[in-house]
Amino acid sequence: MNQVPVIISRLSESFLINCRLFVLTLLFSLPLGLLIAFGSMCRFKPLRWLVRTFVWVIRGTPLMLQLIIIFFGPGLIGMSVSWPNGDAGRFTAATVAFVINYACYFSEIYRGGIESVPKGQYEAGQVLGMTKRQIFFKVTLLQVIKRIIPPVGNEVMTLVKDTSLARIIANKEIIMMAGEYSSKGLIWPLFATGVYFLIFIGVLTVLFDYLEKKLSYFRA
Amino acid sequence: MAVLEVRDLGKRFDTLQVLHGINFSLEKGEALAIIGSSGSGKTTLLRCLNFLEKPDEGTIIVNNKVIFDAMDPSTQKESEVRKKRLHFGLVFQNFNLFPQYTVLKNVTLAAELLAKERPDYKQNKKAVLEEIQENGRRLLAQVGLSDKLNFYPHQISGGQQQRVAIARALALNPDILCFDEPTSALDPELTGEVLKVIRNLAERNTTMIIVTHEMGFAKDVADRIIFMDDGVIVEQGTPEEIFGNPREERTRQFLARYNEGR
Repeated sequence: MNQVPVIISRLSESFLINCRLFVLTLLFSLPLGLLIAFGSMCRFKPLRWLVRTFVWVIRGTPLMLQLIIIFFGPGLIGMSVSWPNGDAGRFTAATVAFVINYACYFSEIYRGGIESVPKGQYEAGQVLGMTKRQIFFKVTLLQVIKRIIPPVGNEVMTLVKDTSLARIIANKEIIMMAGEYSSKGLIWPLFATGVYFLIFIGVLTVLFDYLEKKLSYFRA
Repeated sequence: MAVLEVRDLGKRFDTLQVLHGINFSLEKGEALAIIGSSGSGKTTLLRCLNFLEKPDEGTIIVNNKVIFDAMDPSTQKESEVRKKRLHFGLVFQNFNLFPQYTVLKNVTLAAELLAKERPDYKQNKKAVLEEIQENGRRLLAQVGLSDKLNFYPHQISGGQQQRVAIARALALNPDILCFDEPTSALDPELTGEVLKVIRNLAERNTTMIIVTHEMGFAKDVADRIIFMDDGVIVEQGTPEEIFGNPREERTRQFLARYNEGR
């Protein structure tokens, strides 16, 4: 029975990989998504279609497949620069795949949010002599944020659980770790991983509820 | 002296000609009402004046300066449009207040942003902002909303929102204040308070263009009336001329239809 603390500590350690992947993915995909959103709304048609096709491909294929392609792809097509060896390379490849994938999903949420702000808000800013920048930052941004908090919350919670897909390119995250025990006939660690995810999601739920409340002082 | 002169203004949406050969001028201190049925081009005309739509033909002259000429691209530079807009204020049918700001902030925001462009802003920041705040409070008092300064738009009635919108448009001190059907989105019992504010502005000789369906109000408040139909100005004149003795058949028909509905 004294192997329980050992297993718990190894699960916790491997969950740190999920957490790191989670944080890094958000850190890069949230801003990148905005860039992609602007691209998909661009008035220059070729760029708009290029971006929208890219989003279609990324959203249209499984993240698991993207992980494999991004990790093995460079080597397969004979690129000289490949991922670093070992854990670092696998983790970097996973991060890149997650960032691209989530940025595309976020971009569509942003686009929906931006386009849902009534035209009258832009026009009111315009006739008051505001610049496009001022209209975006001072008038529409907060309204967009208020509108997109629920769908972004959804996406962020999905990301927590998606991080375990990184095991497909041998990142030793929590489910892979638990899987090693279950393949030896010890099944409870696999069930225990659920608790980690539940707690994480619980914290996020509280956080997003708080944000929603914080912005409930106005109606948009 | 004419504050505004519009010459041969025309506007198409694709193949649909919505404005054609619009000519009129506006004297300082004059209140002009534009009447006509829906789809006659009244709103598009206001939007052209405010550079929300780009006219396909004609010129717009403010204070004897050509600010728009459809034939002259140098008058259409995007970078200058912003400044040119400031000749006009616009009050929208749907108010379009900024929901995340208080009543007072709605009125002062644009002025604060413009003040940042002033070369002396950094030295006098405090005094400048204080002055803008003071002006905002004064304008809100003028429209009878001194007790709502810190309310958010959703906390006040439609009539009050529209009065905030009027104060907001006045805050930048435009040469010409435009109203686009300012009471059309309001419940009937709320139109009175908004019309009263506009009437009050007219009495202070504010230069105004009012697009409206409120005939009685137009008759009372306007110095001059323009009747539009199908994208053209059919007739213009004093309220007495237009309502008492219209020259054109189309004007007569429109007013008859309007009176039937009452």
